[in-house]
Amino acid sequence: MKNLLESPPDKLLTALRDILAAKSIVSPAEIAERIALTDAASPAQGARMVARAWTDPDYRALMLHDGAKAAEAAGIPMRGMPPLGVLADTPDLHHLVVCTLCSCYPRAVLGYPPFWFKSAAYRARAVRDPRGLLAEWGTVLPSHMKLTVVDSTADYRWMVLPLRPAGTEGFTEAQLAALVREGDMIGVTLPIASA
Amino acid sequence: MTDDSPRAHHDLGGVPRFMCEAVDIEPHELTDFDREVDAIRQLVSARGLMTVDEMRRGIEAIPEAEYHRLGYYQRWIRSIAATLLRRGVIDEAELRDALARA
Amino acid sequence: MIAPGTHVRVRDDWPEARGPCHIRTPHYLRGHTGVVLRHLGDFPNPEDLAFRRPPAVLPLYHVRFAQTEIWGEGGDELLVEVFGPWLEVEKTA
Repeated sequence: MKNLLESPPDKLLTALRDILAAKSIVSPAEIAERIALTDAASPAQGARMVARAWTDPDYRALMLHDGAKAAEAAGIPMRGMPPLGVLADTPDLHHLVVCTLCSCYPRAVLGYPPFWFKSAAYRARAVRDPRGLLAEWGTVLPSHMKLTVVDSTADYRWMVLPLRPAGTEGFTEAQLAALVREGDMIGVTLPIASA
Repeated sequence: MTDDSPRAHHDLGGVPRFMCEAVDIEPHELTDFDREVDAIRQLVSARGLMTVDEMRRGIEAIPEAEYHRLGYYQRWIRSIAATLLRRGVIDEAELRDALARA
Repeated sequence: MIAPGTHVRVRDDWPEARGPCHIRTPHYLRGHTGVVLRHLGDFPNPEDLAFRRPPAVLPLYHVRFAQTEIWGEGGDELLVEVFGPWLEVEKTA
């Protein structure tokens, strides 16, 4: 049995796809439909939530209280998804999210996890040398700013609500959302007005 | 802190071996293989045939050298297959035959 | 239930050394002291779910640790989800 599992992964996939179809457990059409649904989730969703929180204090309060409810209020499907926790940055406190045990990621609101988030180097370094890790992105926190690293170990998924960058006064919600990148909502980068 | 604790090899927080390793921050496009494995994982879970915890256990059971050699979704497909075998959703003969055709 | 602000110690226990298991408490926390930030809810124990045992439903806490406590250096903090049975309430000094 061990040898079978050590087959080339693409063969393993083909074999499983065939068996699951033959047993009427999962059809190729259902796989295609699921891929399309999964592809539809993207960082743009989380970015919309962030932009709304920057402009609407009630929404911000909802987001910090119950991230999943706030996601649903933004039209993001959350049924069957893990609870979503939102970590609000302040001028004195920055958050960075990691999953040292596997790669837990707020997929419902950000889509597929990026390659770096799943890497051994990111998982190892985030909890021990977070400021050195942030330097890989050119992100430098002022020394007075506290940093909290959130290791996503269990049933929650975590996203960061970053600070609204200076120079965005008068921006519309859509303009603000366009500034927010994937890494800003995990904490490896900070939103910038000129992005 | 030394690295002589009996930690499991997937338990990577602060592990010295990776502390000086650069993070590859470039975007990597997912392949068709990646997307399909991800979809099958979701569908098999939705059918009640695998919990996320069983899948993680299967990933953690991959020997250390293999764990680091295999790509992310390559670990997944191996764990999904292992879970379905263990649960008897599929059997070894079926898998062997399907692999021979693959 | 452990109240927010309570000092807790993560049990210095290593089930990994005893046989097959699935643990969601990272190794680097074992034996270290932190402070409960809040109760996040109650969830079925993943250590059971991974082996298809009927799961105990356990309280999950968000616990804050100083980096110096964990690594002996660093001025930042860690915030980690830890299940109740892994935590021992510290006797306050």
